[in-house]
Amino acid sequence: MAWARRILRVNLTKGTCTHEPLNMDWAKRYLGQRGLATKYLTEEIDPKVDPLDPGNKLIMATGPLTGTCASTAGRYSVITKGALTGAIACSNSGGFFGNEMKNAGLDMIIFEGRATSPVYLFIDNDDCQLLDASGYWGTSVWDTEEGIKEAHGDPQIRVASIGVAGEKGVKFACVVNDMHRAAGRSGVGTVMGSKNLKAVAIRGTKGVSVDDMPAFLKAAAAGKAVLADNAVTGQGLPAYGTQVLMNVINETGALPTRNHRDIQFEGASKISAEAMAEPRESDGKPNLVRNAACFGCTIACGRVSTIDRTHYTVVDRPQYQKASGGLEYEAAWALGAATGVDDLDALTFANFICNEQGIDPISFGATVGAAMEMFEDGVITTKEAGGIDVKFGSAKALTDLAELCGRGEGFGAEIGLGSKLLCEKYGKPELSMSVKGQEFPAYDGRGIQGMGLTYATSNRGACHLRSYTVASEILGIPEKTDPLVTDGKAGLVKAFQDATAAVDSAGICVFTTFAWTLEDIAPQIDAACEGDWSVEALLATGERIWNLERQFNLAAGFTGKDDNLPPRLMKDAAKTGPAKGLTSGLDKMLPEYYQLRGWSKDGVPTNETVSRLEL
Amino acid sequence: MLKALNIDPGKCTGCLQCELACSFENEGVFNPSKSRIKVFNFHDQGRFVPYTCTQCDEAWCMHACPVDAISLNKLTGAKEVNDNLCVGCKVCTIACPFGTVNYNSATGKVIKCDLCGGDPECAKACPTDAITYVDADWTGLDKMRKWASKTDAGQQAAH
Repeated sequence: MAWARRILRVNLTKGTCTHEPLNMDWAKRYLGQRGLATKYLTEEIDPKVDPLDPGNKLIMATGPLTGTCASTAGRYSVITKGALTGAIACSNSGGFFGNEMKNAGLDMIIFEGRATSPVYLFIDNDDCQLLDASGYWGTSVWDTEEGIKEAHGDPQIRVASIGVAGEKGVKFACVVNDMHRAAGRSGVGTVMGSKNLKAVAIRGTKGVSVDDMPAFLKAAAAGKAVLADNAVTGQGLPAYGTQVLMNVINETGALPTRNHRDIQFEGASKISAEAMAEPRESDGKPNLVRNAACFGCTIACGRVSTIDRTHYTVVDRPQYQKASGGLEYEAAWALGAATGVDDLDALTFANFICNEQGIDPISFGATVGAAMEMFEDGVITTKEAGGIDVKFGSAKALTDLAELCGRGEGFGAEIGLGSKLLCEKYGKPELSMSVKGQEFPAYDGRGIQGMGLTYATSNRGACHLRSYTVASEILGIPEKTDPLVTDGKAGLVKAFQDATAAVDSAGICVFTTFAWTLEDIAPQIDAACEGDWSVEALLATGERIWNLERQFNLAAGFTGKDDNLPPRLMKDAAKTGPAKGLTSGLDKMLPEYYQLRGWSKDGVPTNETVSRLEL
Repeated sequence: MLKALNIDPGKCTGCLQCELACSFENEGVFNPSKSRIKVFNFHDQGRFVPYTCTQCDEAWCMHACPVDAISLNKLTGAKEVNDNLCVGCKVCTIACPFGTVNYNSATGKVIKCDLCGGDPECAKACPTDAITYVDADWTGLDKMRKWASKTDAGQQAAH
């Protein structure tokens, strides 16, 4: 129980759908979702395969808690070799799709091969069919989701799909479910597009149970009480969303601005949570309509927003005047501070387009920031940018490029290469603010030293969700550390990485860990699942997953040299704020990190480590 | 005191914990598709609205049932379906003006809210008090209190 104990294998080349029993030996060692799907993927594909080759596979995976009443237990992940990075990719999404998949009796769906023409997978409990998607090809996520529900005459179907960006090979395309929830990073939507797979539509009504129901109900209730009583998860996130961070991180001097040239943004307050709640002049209503929850979530950090109807982006375009998914902190940062744009409505519009066409707002915004720097340096001209003045601070450039990139057209298609390839193309590789090809999120590794190590060592390329040491270094969770020092950060990063890998494999949201420790999580997993799931077992599982991902990347051709940061963070000192004068101390932290991991000086897990973790 | 479910859509975040709790109480598993309470997401307007049976006094479903399978629980006021009598004819689903009685193809019976025998699980599970279980004669009490507090606002300002 908890696990559905069943997977669906979809061979797109042959057009077959086959149910298989879940490998329970692996489930007991890798838990579910991120860990378990990574085990399947790494067993089944050649690590050197081109991510867009039919030989790459794409796995959608739920966790054992997905579909239960544990708070936030509606998560699913998309696991593949990432199109943006060529590294292991695992992108996690909320919304309601994961629960529907679990209720169709599925722990995982494994997609292999490539369909000869566009298809979508339709699942009605045990019935699985590949159906013609030519009518949806070339349409947005929003139109595809509505179209499929209408075609089947069932508004309760849940859909995960790609937009035009994923069809056109934009390297950071997402898989979007429930209109504006996304498996966002590393180009998992690009891989889906390469398989001619437009969407997965599910109706599941089987029900979900757990191993020890009385113990589980008790543990889940205790967990919810902790979330409700905590200031961050009980008050801050519901009221302000993750955007509560904008002013905080700016004041900390760790808000990367204009492609990381600066680490404080003068326009931060204009694009913050507080600004979203401020009534606007035209109609007296704020940008923020209300907060919203994903499945089973008792935090409800999600934003629902509207754009000012008089704003240039939406005049005469009623489809964008309705409420939809609003700005989260990472998106607001990437679309705003990274590009120097402080127009809240323009950011909200660009965010709508990212959802509508399935592009990762972090990589998109950061790549636009890199293009803007090259434009200012004269490396990219207006002509090369298709007539757009790609200037820092230009809201028009941002929103035009969002639409073009979403459709994979014009200079938007070049933005769709991601910053690494774009900067290489224009002879400025050092201006790509990325690790392993994936753009940084919204924290500067000079102002928050632990995040520098986090980015450098993240298995899916630069990412804040692999070890969110911001929690400790800025918010003091679980205990406060100094963001400006490197001492102790190697251990902190490792601890966060291992714990997060376990959380990402369970079916719950990592945001619970603002309040929950593994002491709160372990009893829920232990009651739900067969076997021993103590805190120690979860940490061991997390470490095993981390090393499995590392081994895949090494086999794919990455080396310790790729655990690096762009020269800007290593050589250009922060100009303002508390971190003024500092560069990243990665060179001090990395050797200690390798040692704590039980890896060689070149970053390879030693034989002893491999056998200790039973890899 | 007779109690009633009181729904305040303005507080609902759309998390579906009510559907999880309802389905668990009635089916023994977590299965929102079998919930007696449903949360509707009006996406374009950013509104979430929980909706379920309000236990009409002159219940259309009860009067329409040809085999008297729906009866009044005098303690709770709930109109309850007796599975031993229900023949799955679905006439009650047509009679109900609100759509809150529905057929369950897995059992061949209809399902509707029975207030969990007087201790509704949905209300207990709701994290934001969008669903509460209150005095049936005073479901408007909280709203009255809120507006009452504003009645002398002018006088207060004048002083």
